Amino acid sequence: MHSPANTPVYERVRRNPKFQELVRQRSRLALILSAIVLVGYYSFMMVVAFAPDMLHKPMSDDSVLSVGFPIGAGIIILSWLLTGVYSHFANGRFQDLTDEITRETLQ
Amino acid sequence: MTARRILLTAAAATLFALPALAAGDVGQLEKQPVNLSAIGMFLAFVVMTLGITYWAASRTRSTSDFYTAGGGITGFQNGLAIAGDYMSAATLLGLSSLVFAKGYDGFVYTISFFVGWPIILFLLAERLRNLGHFTFADIASYRLDQGKIRTFAAIGSLTVVCFYLIVQMVGAGQLIKLLFGLDYNVAVIVVGVLMVVYVTFGGMIATTWVQIIKAVLLLGAGVILAFLALSRFGFSLEAIAKSAIASHKDGVKIMGPGTLLADPVSAVSLSLGLLFGTAALPHIMMRFFTVPNAREARKSVFYASGFIGFFFLIVCVLGMAAITIVGTDPQFFEGGKVGGKLIGGGNMPVMHLAKALGGDLFLGFLSAVAFATILAVVSGLALAGASAIAHDLYARVIRKGEATEREEMRVSKIASLVLGVLAVVLGIAFEKQNVAFLVGLTFGVAASVNFPVLILSMYWKGLTTRGALAGGIAGLISAVTLVILSNAVWVVVLNNPKPIFPYEQPALFSMTLAFIVTIIVSKLDSSASARAERDAFEDQFVRSQTGIGAAAAAKH
Repeated sequence: MHSPANTPVYERVRRNPKFQELVRQRSRLALILSAIVLVGYYSFMMVVAFAPDMLHKPMSDDSVLSVGFPIGAGIIILSWLLTGVYSHFANGRFQDLTDEITRETLQ
Repeated sequence: MTARRILLTAAAATLFALPALAAGDVGQLEKQPVNLSAIGMFLAFVVMTLGITYWAASRTRSTSDFYTAGGGITGFQNGLAIAGDYMSAATLLGLSSLVFAKGYDGFVYTISFFVGWPIILFLLAERLRNLGHFTFADIASYRLDQGKIRTFAAIGSLTVVCFYLIVQMVGAGQLIKLLFGLDYNVAVIVVGVLMVVYVTFGGMIATTWVQIIKAVLLLGAGVILAFLALSRFGFSLEAIAKSAIASHKDGVKIMGPGTLLADPVSAVSLSLGLLFGTAALPHIMMRFFTVPNAREARKSVFYASGFIGFFFLIVCVLGMAAITIVGTDPQFFEGGKVGGKLIGGGNMPVMHLAKALGGDLFLGFLSAVAFATILAVVSGLALAGASAIAHDLYARVIRKGEATEREEMRVSKIASLVLGVLAVVLGIAFEKQNVAFLVGLTFGVAASVNFPVLILSMYWKGLTTRGALAGGIAGLISAVTLVILSNAVWVVVLNNPKPIFPYEQPALFSMTLAFIVTIIVSKLDSSASARAERDAFEDQFVRSQTGIGAAAAAKH
């Protein structure tokens, strides 16, 4: 609807080595970060399902809070920080690269 | 086993949306005495938001103003609005009551509810933003058959919107009856009328600001309540935990995972439904188009995740504190019997906590915030529904892009009015029904119908129109069937002794089936149009990565 198939503009972008670089690097970052979150979360869920006792352990001898709480809070905080990591790179280097590609293409 | 299933049902319903549980749980309750301070504070909220709507109306001239606030919302504002969409009455009341009842298990649910956010940012937000214009059907139908796929995607959106609207309306009626002492029908009509006013006159600008104000109020109320609660325990989490263990009937067991999530299949299906169902909710997806550019879109997800994560952690502290403060105080139990039934039902701990710590005035404030929350969520839903009708079905499919902006605007306003009337009528019709199954259905359909076509259209070159339709239909039929065979319908509504489908959330099965069918049918599709659709992927890919060609969409 917005674009006819195989327009020359897109062809030019595809041939731009910067575009290849952008796609490769940004996809890698997204994949790595997703993997960290998903592997972390699903490992946690497997522990919850199969080895719940591990999370029952108190944080220290004179504490009643279990290690499960900091671990859980850690997952939430880490996930949030990773969105920050992604935004930092995507809004910095990758956005600059995208802007360059756009400029070169539309000239 | 049965006890666990009932708990799991309750937990699942709570997690997806409190109102459903409220509807099942609170339905039989007596109306409470009229709560004047709550009504007063709610009126103040209404006056303020109507003022904003009046201001927004003068700025809503084009369709892009109407659907996406002209892309003029900053990343920070949009982050708050997204957080508002996510922090519903369900999260405040539902998650805190889960922690109150089950301790650590409630915390695990909270985590499951959160981890979807980063994934949405990493895998979806960028491409959504670069390909889309107003609706998710824009993306799904980008290189596929406009008529068929856009219609199908719009119907998928509308189905989700309508189910979710009913859930919210019924929940709103019950909750308001309970908290404000207003008549059920009055409550439903008030919600319906205000929603239509916000959406028709103020469009996305008003809807966004209603959401922002409510998010700030909700965060503020949560922080104040947490502060008051912590001050009771000398600001020590250790002291809260110690006291909670002493007060809870399960004792030290609440410090770790219990039986709620012991079944991994259930847990995984639930988390998949949450993760991808949320990603494919039309009113959430719309939020990626309300900012001026991709930079702001990414920032808004970062801010939103921060607010949501922070709020969720606070909610867990509130639940833990309530175990002692509410759980040992006879005034909050029916007949004054500690450990019996909580007054107002299982979702009320945080409300009782507000009363115990801040008195009637604070309870009134929190009730008003809960009302505002429901109002903000239904407005977002109505807007998403109106855009599916006016932008997708009317302007693109029926008029094939020939409709003028004026005509499209008029249709979108009529559509939101119709949705409002429909929501009120259905809300009243479903008053006495248990609508918990609609929650499972909403997320099941979103994850099994909308999500596969969305993700495959962006990531898989081989997707064709036939494949998308076949997979979407397979997802729809299997999701609906599995929900009917599950506890929520088969046992609760149809009164059979045992559910045929033992899990609450169908996503693991119906979503997988939708993906498999889509891929197989697409692969077998050797038509000429399928070839053209595959060829168009390369160009779509460039645009999804760079946004080139989307300039017109972004400029508004």
